[in-house]
Amino acid sequence: MSTNGLSASVRSLGVIGPGFGSWPEARAVLAGDTPWVPAPTRVPNPDMLPPAERRRVGAVVKLALCAGAEAVHAAGADASQLATVFASAGGDGANCHAICEALAGDDRRISPTRFHNSVNNAAAGYWGIATGAMATSTIVSAYDGSLAAGLIEALALAHALESPVLLVVYDHPYPEPLAAARRVSDAFAMALLLDPAANAGPRVQLGGFCDAAADLMADPAMEAVRSSIPAARGLPLLELLARDRSGTVVLDYLDDLRLDVSLSA
Amino acid sequence: MKPLLISRYTASSCIGNGVDATRAALADGRSGLRHCDFETVELDTWIGRIKALDDVMLSPALAEYDCRNNRLALLGLSQDGFIDAAIDAVRRYGAKRVAVLLGTSTSGILDTELAYRRRNPVSGALPPEFHYRGSHNVFSVAEFVRHAVGAGGPAWVISTACSSSAKVFASAARLFDAGLIDAAVVGGVDSLCLTTLYGFNSLELVSPEPCRPFDPDRAGISIGEAAAFALLERAPAHPPAEAILLSGYGESSDAHHMSSPHPEGLGARLAMEQALTRAGLGPADIDYINLHGTGTPSNDDAEGAAVSRLFGSATPASSTKGATGHTLGAAGGLEAVFCALALSEGLIPGSPGTRSLDPGIDIAYRQAPQRAALRHVLSNSLGFGGTNCSLVLSRAEGRAR
Repeated sequence: MSTNGLSASVRSLGVIGPGFGSWPEARAVLAGDTPWVPAPTRVPNPDMLPPAERRRVGAVVKLALCAGAEAVHAAGADASQLATVFASAGGDGANCHAICEALAGDDRRISPTRFHNSVNNAAAGYWGIATGAMATSTIVSAYDGSLAAGLIEALALAHALESPVLLVVYDHPYPEPLAAARRVSDAFAMALLLDPAANAGPRVQLGGFCDAAADLMADPAMEAVRSSIPAARGLPLLELLARDRSGTVVLDYLDDLRLDVSLSA
Repeated sequence: MKPLLISRYTASSCIGNGVDATRAALADGRSGLRHCDFETVELDTWIGRIKALDDVMLSPALAEYDCRNNRLALLGLSQDGFIDAAIDAVRRYGAKRVAVLLGTSTSGILDTELAYRRRNPVSGALPPEFHYRGSHNVFSVAEFVRHAVGAGGPAWVISTACSSSAKVFASAARLFDAGLIDAAVVGGVDSLCLTTLYGFNSLELVSPEPCRPFDPDRAGISIGEAAAFALLERAPAHPPAEAILLSGYGESSDAHHMSSPHPEGLGARLAMEQALTRAGLGPADIDYINLHGTGTPSNDDAEGAAVSRLFGSATPASSTKGATGHTLGAAGGLEAVFCALALSEGLIPGSPGTRSLDPGIDIAYRQAPQRAALRHVLSNSLGFGGTNCSLVLSRAEGRAR
């Protein structure tokens, strides 16, 4: 068990999920102010991309870009100066499906756009093109624990750079037949603008690794979202943030390892 | 940054499995490229394929991870006593203090490509034996290696195309700084698949002949596969002179284009500058640069411009892609190991395949291997999406003879 001083203020958030299209909407639901009306996640079109690029990107990239943009705008931050950490359990399933279909057919030619969109850092690449950010950008994946991996990497990076880091965690369902082998119930994205130097706002701190069970959501339908979308494993943390409460949450990470995170409201 | 000790390292690629074979091939200037004979691929290109990969068997306990990429990981782990060194680190520090951070671009996607040929003709379903988590999933290789060495600390895969397995060194350094870990298994594993061969072909970026980095007639990349691992630990106060250290890293984004580098290599230059700053070094301190040097016209132009502007035209530099091919997500780790070998042997690798030097690129490019006293070396890894990472590796003291 380790403890350490990795912490940062949460300056702003972005959230897209089933039944909520923004952090204010998600916040109202998670704080208990508004009843949740579950509905399939609607992935918006990012206006940050030039039209030519917007036509090229798939829903997965749109999801990540829109969540990130919401957090940046909410804080009034300058995206061109921000380092970014993306975290996702899988890649662009629809794009991968199209490539695998072509490769299994008689004509194996695949389009150049399909291929460059197949890199796992596609969202990071398009984010850089859209914002002009030349700071470091990365994407980490750890299956169902990708959110925890992203949170660790983002806090460690903010600590090393001594500057704000935008964390964007996102997952999108695969199409069939891949979906049968990897179930992700719906699209979900959350973005946190983490600022190690800021004094205002709720402060998130890494407690350490533990083997306690992960915190669940009290509402069974919301718990189903948490447990069926890797990026939604952060819902217990979002709930604390929505309620402006200090507290500790245990987040899912690896099969034998959970992440202990505390929040000072 | 506080330098980290690279207490063990190993590499397997088409020039050989393990450091002895690798060292010999680099010293001889040998290439492992061959005309493409992979799977059913009918492309006029050259590849760096590892032989005997089909013979690698995963232990029954880890059978669910069986795929070409994880077989390659196991082949790599089994060289140079690396797996024993990693298990020993787990014993010394405790499982939860040992991280596994690896890079790959395509993971075990070959299994999915092949499964798509065997879909149920009625339902379209993939065959029942298809196992996503242990093969295709991005994290598969780190999960497999974590189990294979018994590590229980933080783990993830970085998949940022061709900078993936350089960036894991930077991630690990930050986890050490944060006090979260005492050792890290880092590196990269990337294996041949149809997506990258046909994909780079669609971009007209594969060469019909063995790749020729920094040659005026270069015509693209040769795709290879590799597994490379390094074991990182905190450096003792007084490491032995011959100890190899990770002394700096730098990361940046081009913010320019998905598949073309910034024309002046601005992002690459930022990464190199940051790596030097973190290492507390100036350009003149670097004795050798292992270039990304893919052999595409645009990469070598952009990277050459960035190196020339930062280092001038006297620092010896070469790309080893003519020997190994471009091993994509494994390239950063593989070339970090080449840098470690260069430092320990006093060897500047050459550039098999390169026949003459592009007169438009003003750097001290080395076509033939040569002996040299080296103290600090730098390695570049640049990838699609405009992702850049540079590493500085150093000898603790003195220079190899």
